[in-house]
Parts: sequence; C-alpha cells; structure tokens
Amino acid sequence: MSTKVSMTVNGRKVSADVEPRTLLVQYLREHLGLTGTHVGCDTTQCGCCAIHLNGEAVKSCTILAVQCEGADVVTIEGLASPDGELHPMQKAFWEHHGLQCGFCTPGMVMVACDIARRKPDADEATIRHGLEGNICRCTGYQHIVEAVHSGIQAMNQGKR
Amino acid sequence: MYAFNYHRPKSTDEAAKLVAEAEDGKLIAGGMTLLPSMKLRLAAPSDIVDLAAVEGLRGITVSGKTVTIGAMTRHVDVQTSAEVKKAIPALAALAGGIGDPSVRNRGTIGGSVANADPAADYPAAVLGLNATVETTKRKIAADDFFTGLFETALEPGEIIKAIHFPVPDAAAYEKFPQPASGFAMVGAFVARFGKDVRVAITGAKDHVFRVPDMEKALAAKFSGDAIAEIKLPDDDMMSDIHCSADYRAHLVTVMAKRAAAKAAG
Repeated sequence: MSTKVSMTVNGRKVSADVEPRTLLVQYLREHLGLTGTHVGCDTTQCGCCAIHLNGEAVKSCTILAVQCEGADVVTIEGLASPDGELHPMQKAFWEHHGLQCGFCTPGMVMVACDIARRKPDADEATIRHGLEGNICRCTGYQHIVEAVHSGIQAMNQGKR
Repeated sequence: MYAFNYHRPKSTDEAAKLVAEAEDGKLIAGGMTLLPSMKLRLAAPSDIVDLAAVEGLRGITVSGKTVTIGAMTRHVDVQTSAEVKKAIPALAALAGGIGDPSVRNRGTIGGSVANADPAADYPAAVLGLNATVETTKRKIAADDFFTGLFETALEPGEIIKAIHFPVPDAAAYEKFPQPASGFAMVGAFVARFGKDVRVAITGAKDHVFRVPDMEKALAAKFSGDAIAEIKLPDDDMMSDIHCSADYRAHLVTVMAKRAAAKAAG
C-alpha cells in the first residue's frame, strides 16, 4: 500500500516508497536521517518541525510526505553553506543567545527566514506576530526576537 | 494515524468519483484540520483525495462589486492580496488572523468553509458578507450553507469551487481569540451594504449565525453604541473550559459593538 514520492530536499533529489500516512517530518527524520527538524507537540502548535516548502515556512508534522510530490523542501540542515559557514540567521541566534536548550531553534530559524523574506523591514511587533506559531519554553522570547531582528538585517545586507 | 489510501486527481469530476467510490472518502485541501484530527484518531477515513493538483481552484479575481476566491486559495494569499485589501480589507485582515503564519501558508478558504468549525473565522465572513458558495453542483447562499456543528448544505461528493463575496460599503471583523489556538471564542463580522446591515457571529453557538436585532439597530444608526445594550440569551451558547455560555453571550455584544464601531470608522 505504499506510494512513490519524489521531491528535492536541501538541493538533493530524493524519492522513496512511503505509506501515505507518513508525515513529512517522519520522512525527513526517519527515511532521510535529517533529524534537525524536531517534533515538539505533534499537534500543529509548537513550530519545532517548521521547514520550507517551496520557499515558505510550514509545519512538517501536519503535511503528508505524499502531498509534497515534486516539491522543493529545505530543512535546517540546508541553511548553512556546504563548507560549514552558518546562515546569517543561525549566526544571529548564536550571537544573541537566542536559545537555551535548542529544541525549538530549528523551527524558529526556519520561520525567522520566512519573516525576513516577507517583511525585510520587520519591527519587533511584526517579528513577535510572525513567531506566533513557534513555542519556546526556555528563553522568554526576548533574545529570540533580538536574534531574528539582527538576522533579518544581516540577510538584508546580502550576507545570504 | 490509521492507514488510508491516497489519491491525487486532476479534476473535480475525478475527485468526486474517487470520494464516492471509497468506503469512507475524505477530501483534503490544506489539511490543517483534517490531519490533526486524523492524528488524534477523531477522523479515520479509508481514502484521502487530495485537491492540490486539481486545476482552476486557486486564485483571486475582482470583477465589478464581487471578489471571487478559489476554494484552494490559502489564507496567506487572501491576507496579502492587494486586490482583497483594496476591495474588502476586513476579509484580508480576517485571513491574517487565522492560526499562525505557518498554518496560513497551508490552510485554504474552501477547507475552512467546508469544515464549518463552530469557532472558525471564515464562516463569519461568508455569512456576514452574504457570500455565495459555488460548488461542482450549484450555487449556495450563505444563509443556507451553514446548518450545524461541522455541518453544511454540501452533499456527499459535492466540492466547493469558489466563494463569491459581494463588496460592502463598510465592514469589519473583531474576534476574541482563544490565546493558544487563535480560534474565535467569539468573533463578529459586521458589514453594511447601502442601508442594509448584516451581523454574523462565530464561536458562540454550534454554528455561525446572524443577529437580526443588531442588524435592525445598525441599519437605523450605524455605530457601535447602537448595539451596546443588545444582549443575547446564553441558553444555546457553547460552554467549555475556555469560556462559559454567559461569558460568550457577553462577548457577542462586545465583539459586535467593536466591529460596528470599526466599520463605522
């Protein structure tokens, strides 16, 4: 009862036979070994599983892998350069101490990049609204918001 | 999530056929309600029929005094559409208040309206703006569409193609969101077309409804104050851990008053 699905993940063409009920996040983690994408709540609330689907942030725990036929997927593993140089948003999280335990961070970074794409002039309020679908239980958000603000500015300066 | 068969048809005819032939077939649009329901085993369809590859169900067009939104158009597309923002800014704002950004990047208007969640936002706009739901079989007036808790006038195998919204002279939507989910504990959509006013309330009862007393009062005087004293009985309001029935009844007046004041500018 499996279905063949093909997509591009972090620039690499992949295809597999999966059960239709396989979630995208399961496919990424369990079939492709890309465990940077986390499952926090499994109920579409926490945003830890956020990835980019055709350039937009979505929650990979609430999409079937088979729905992504032909799609372009980018996960947190796909952001840094092949030589290990971190993406400006990743650097900003590091520099501004935008994480403590780090569990929510991959989703935060992926959504932050989507905010940067849609709102390159985002102010604090816009960033906070943009992060409504991402829950952090450690930081109290202040450093995350500062990191996103700094990361957006770095991205605007063409650092990526 | 229980196992199911997956189908990806290219046309609504094929989709309707697949649903009809399945033991328990379900259409999927954005999946932002269906997939969480399936994970919780509240839904266990035998077959999922994905509308993503069906042509002609996406997009926004404005012609004359009507905004037409294809069923598979996502919340983010309505939220950011320059045409919707110009013609019916209240509708763009409503779409921008659904769920969170990642959900709005997937969820669709057709899915929301077909699902008819009692606390969903779009039903308030459909009823408040006197929209017409165009399906594969007919055109359904908003007043006839929402019939109960997750119940609509849609027949088995009938698929929403687009929703036609008349452009009002003034409109606003105000909701008191459940802080965790963003769903409306109570949401009020107020729209004025010439001398006629429509008030649609979501989140309070088992399905979206109009408030004729408020509509009459607003037709006489279009301002928030005109309905500040109109209270609804709470006997058929929903009651849950988030909000009691009498508090919901109170919120109906407050949200409708705010929406009317906003629409009156």
